[in-house]
Amino acid sequence: MNLAAASGPVIPNFGQGSACERTNGWFCTDWLHAHWGDTLQPALVQHVELSAVAIGVGFVLASALALAGFRFRLLDPPIGFFADFLYTIPSLALFQLLVPLTGLTVTTVEIALVSYTLLILYRNMIAGLRAVPPEALEAARGSGLTRLQTFARVEVPLALPAIMAGLRIATVSTVSIATVAAFVIPQGLGRPIFIALDQGVFKTEILAAGLLVIALALFADGLLVLAQRTLTPWTRSA
Amino acid sequence: MPESAAEVVFDRATKLYPGRSEPAVDSLSLTVPAGEICVLVGPSGSGKTTALKLVNRLIYLTGGEIRIDGTKIYDLDVTDLRRSIGYVIQQVGLFPHMTVAANVGTVPRLLGWPRQRIRARTAELLDLVGLHAAEDGPRYPSQLSGGQRQRVGLARALAANPPLMLMDEPFGAIDPIVRARLQDEFLRLQQELRKTVLFVTHDIDEAIKIGDRIAIFRQGGTLAQYDTPESILRRPADDFVAEFVGADRALKALALHTLGELELGPPRDGPRAAADTNLRDALALLLDEHADVIAVTDAGGTVIGSATRDDLLR
Repeated sequence: MNLAAASGPVIPNFGQGSACERTNGWFCTDWLHAHWGDTLQPALVQHVELSAVAIGVGFVLASALALAGFRFRLLDPPIGFFADFLYTIPSLALFQLLVPLTGLTVTTVEIALVSYTLLILYRNMIAGLRAVPPEALEAARGSGLTRLQTFARVEVPLALPAIMAGLRIATVSTVSIATVAAFVIPQGLGRPIFIALDQGVFKTEILAAGLLVIALALFADGLLVLAQRTLTPWTRSA
Repeated sequence: MPESAAEVVFDRATKLYPGRSEPAVDSLSLTVPAGEICVLVGPSGSGKTTALKLVNRLIYLTGGEIRIDGTKIYDLDVTDLRRSIGYVIQQVGLFPHMTVAANVGTVPRLLGWPRQRIRARTAELLDLVGLHAAEDGPRYPSQLSGGQRQRVGLARALAANPPLMLMDEPFGAIDPIVRARLQDEFLRLQQELRKTVLFVTHDIDEAIKIGDRIAIFRQGGTLAQYDTPESILRRPADDFVAEFVGADRALKALALHTLGELELGPPRDGPRAAADTNLRDALALLLDEHADVIAVTDAGGTVIGSATRDDLLR
């Protein structure tokens, strides 16, 4: 005999879950205990991987673009426009656009995530490099630093605060957007959220995954703040 | 004095910017003897800073040549040339991300000195310019006052013991009291170091105080007069120079000498002034006191002679 109400929400493990789960309570800790290992933890690890790869690749690409846009000023407007353009495509739309090309793969997800980091990283890198005080550059030239030495020893270090600021924004937004990856591949913290939505809005799972996304973003941001303090000691002492 | 100072020769040096009909520096010829301070002074737009930057090739020379100790500057590698010339600018241009010590060690690092030697040299220089190596060395430029920053800038320029220093309005952005002190300390340093110095300023009083020789530039980048401060004040070459040095040039010339340099009369009563007082201040004292004669004292305050108004103005 199936006693399940035909109209009520379909809760996972219905019939054997706790009272909290059966009534779809706000935050069922016993569900968390039971499903941390098979649901949340793997999703969290995947989420970290998806985000880290996107930020890493985005950083390398943006660095190359910034190098070009800084060295050859004529390239800056087209690169900026391209990055702007990518940034303005809604993430869901971008995933959908890429699927026919790259399929339901990690590649699709990473291309989209990287696209969103480019604008923030590129703009901050260029702004940081351009903001180097002209008198420091004149002193560098006058002291006999070569063009390359000036770039490596003066311009890049002085652009670091702006670069790190860009990296922080890009990291937080990537961690957030990576949730949408679950539309394409069954990975990341978006996955449990979609499943929970599918199963009649199971609140505990949505809340838990959502909170993990937020916690991950804040944690990564905190790490970057620490890195910035270590890398730019002069900004602390003014 | 090999190594410690170099002769600089401008030989019809000319800078013509592309698209301009008038050169910024027009066929400039002048010789700065080794170990002397040559001040380039003139109104803005007269090409004095351009002339300075031609020497370390921050600005490309378009005509004539410049020689340092007989070597044409375009025969040298540009980075070698710049590393052998100390460069000080008004905005100082310290590297904000480097400590004071690292800033001072910039050129020695480029030259590949061993770390130990750089550290010792940095400490020596910071003490030389009146800072404390142990205390100020680890600080960042943002933690220093304007005067301290310019001292660090000077130490950085001196680090590799260059035979030539280029200084572009180095004290221009510093308040008058600190500026006067820095000028005095710079002159004291120069007594010891005996570098060849090219020093740009728009302030004729600074030029008179600092320069062994003064090159006065006029609009169009030509040299109006190149001579000692005394000659420029007493025998300005033309109306432009006379006007530029000011209507009080006779008074400025008085300030170049002290009571001790006069042939003093026998000790007499009068307002007292020490022998190292300059003649301008001595004259002011006479006018203040409505006196005709000054009692000149030695450092200990003993009257050693006298000077009349006529003596001062002779």
